[in-house]
Amino acid sequence: MIEPGWIEAALTASRPQAVAALLRYFRDLDAAEEAYQEACLRALKNWTINGPPRDPTAWLIMVGRNAALDQVRKRSRQAPMPDEAQVSDLEDVETPMAERLDDSQYRDDVLRLMFICCHPDLPATQQIPLALRIVSGLSVKQIARAFLVSEAAMEQRITRAKAKVAEAGVAFETPGPVERSERLGVVMQMVYLVFNEGYSAGPKDDARAELADEAIRLGRLLLRMFQAEPEVMGLLALMLLQHSRNAARFDASGEAVLLEDQDRSKWRASLIQEGLALIDKAMRHRKTGAYLVQAAIAALHARARTFEETDWSGIDALYATLERLQPSPVVTLNRAVAVSKTKGPQAALDMIEPLSDRLSGYFHFHGARGGLLLMLGKSREARESFDRAIALANTAAEAAHIRMHIDRLIAESERAKQA
Amino acid sequence: MMYAVLCYNNEEMVCGWSKEQDDAVMAALSTVHDKWETAGKLKPSIRLLPTSAATTLHKQKDLVVDGPYAETKEALLGFYIIDVDNLEEGLTFARELGRANPGGAYELRPIQLYLPGSPIAGAYATDRGYAGEKAK
Repeated sequence: MIEPGWIEAALTASRPQAVAALLRYFRDLDAAEEAYQEACLRALKNWTINGPPRDPTAWLIMVGRNAALDQVRKRSRQAPMPDEAQVSDLEDVETPMAERLDDSQYRDDVLRLMFICCHPDLPATQQIPLALRIVSGLSVKQIARAFLVSEAAMEQRITRAKAKVAEAGVAFETPGPVERSERLGVVMQMVYLVFNEGYSAGPKDDARAELADEAIRLGRLLLRMFQAEPEVMGLLALMLLQHSRNAARFDASGEAVLLEDQDRSKWRASLIQEGLALIDKAMRHRKTGAYLVQAAIAALHARARTFEETDWSGIDALYATLERLQPSPVVTLNRAVAVSKTKGPQAALDMIEPLSDRLSGYFHFHGARGGLLLMLGKSREARESFDRAIALANTAAEAAHIRMHIDRLIAESERAKQA
Repeated sequence: MMYAVLCYNNEEMVCGWSKEQDDAVMAALSTVHDKWETAGKLKPSIRLLPTSAATTLHKQKDLVVDGPYAETKEALLGFYIIDVDNLEEGLTFARELGRANPGGAYELRPIQLYLPGSPIAGAYATDRGYAGEKAK
């Protein structure tokens, strides 16, 4: 007897590859999804009686394709004029099973499926829901809950995104190496967006927090298909390492806990190990990329048993690399935090002063600047920065976060004065 | 007789488990582990990280490739547990083995969980039959 839980997990795991392969046959997202749904229904009946197939994904593709074909045949019997285009697209249906199970084909199928969801015409607010619906197979209800909108609004958003994608048309030919690597870059970005949606969720926002798990699942899927891509290893490692801290990031009252105050025993060791192993492997390629460098920074935090043991000069060097790969005032700001630990607050302040124009509307800038000024004993200027930071906070959690930071820095400086 | 029990399952599925699902499975397994360990019959058990974390050294060509060993013509004949600083040192070990015993490949897969289990009696430490014959 096979457990219903096993079937459900196997269906979820098979979904991206199965839908992607069905999309290649039908060249239509809705048709591919319908065929997959039908295959799932049959799997629930069939697997319960006959036990699980050796390759659930292959089974679902085969059955989904045949079920959809039956539908077409039925319809064509009823209708006097069969849809020529549709029938000719389905010609390869009798091709033997072996062809379908080629791994490299799977790879291009899944990449195409994911790439469709991050079409440049789609804003991120549509890309992420579309990917979650199509690739991950979350229900519209689940996605709506994660984005705090009504089910109807989310349904509409996804339908609109699908229409835009259909209009744009997607190449179904096997992509060349350059195109494949471009697609991969865009898809990695989308996966990281999904992760950040989950990561930025509050402590009680479970529906949104689950998106982080989903992004990790997608990252693992990408890596299985691109096993020799150090940036894919870097992306997955980055997500695993950030996610490993999840249980320590909020206190019992739901307030954010700073990295330096987190209970490191709550960090999930298995995720850290996997992340570190992936970085170790990626480093062998001697090819740096932005995800890998960010993962390496996260790894230095993960390796430190206490905040005091953090390798700040290592982090400084990695941020310097990241500045070169992906120049951005935010990266420089982050680097300044590491510099303040190794070379002191004045060096860090000198580093960020030139950013004040570009980051004048960024709350972390004023928060960090205030902190540095306070360390230098310039309380009045520090206060000004803190006030601006508070005014720029986007959420109550951000405000509370900076507030806590400020309060402690003030307390510390007072202790220092007394000493 | 000693047996190695090799665990196979759908990796995409197992990696997709939530922490709660994973914890539940581990808890269910641990009752079985406890029973056999108390009886002195369960030796070390190991949980590997996913194949995406694996690296393979093809011995003859000294070729290091990312990913698991995927050939089906060759079979798993044994394994080592090593405690090294990093993948590079692990590969050094594997290369030394490869020079001593060429042909085939070594897959280096990071270990996620290592449980030592009950101690192994001296006779089991070497091949039992061989040790027994020598003693005669």
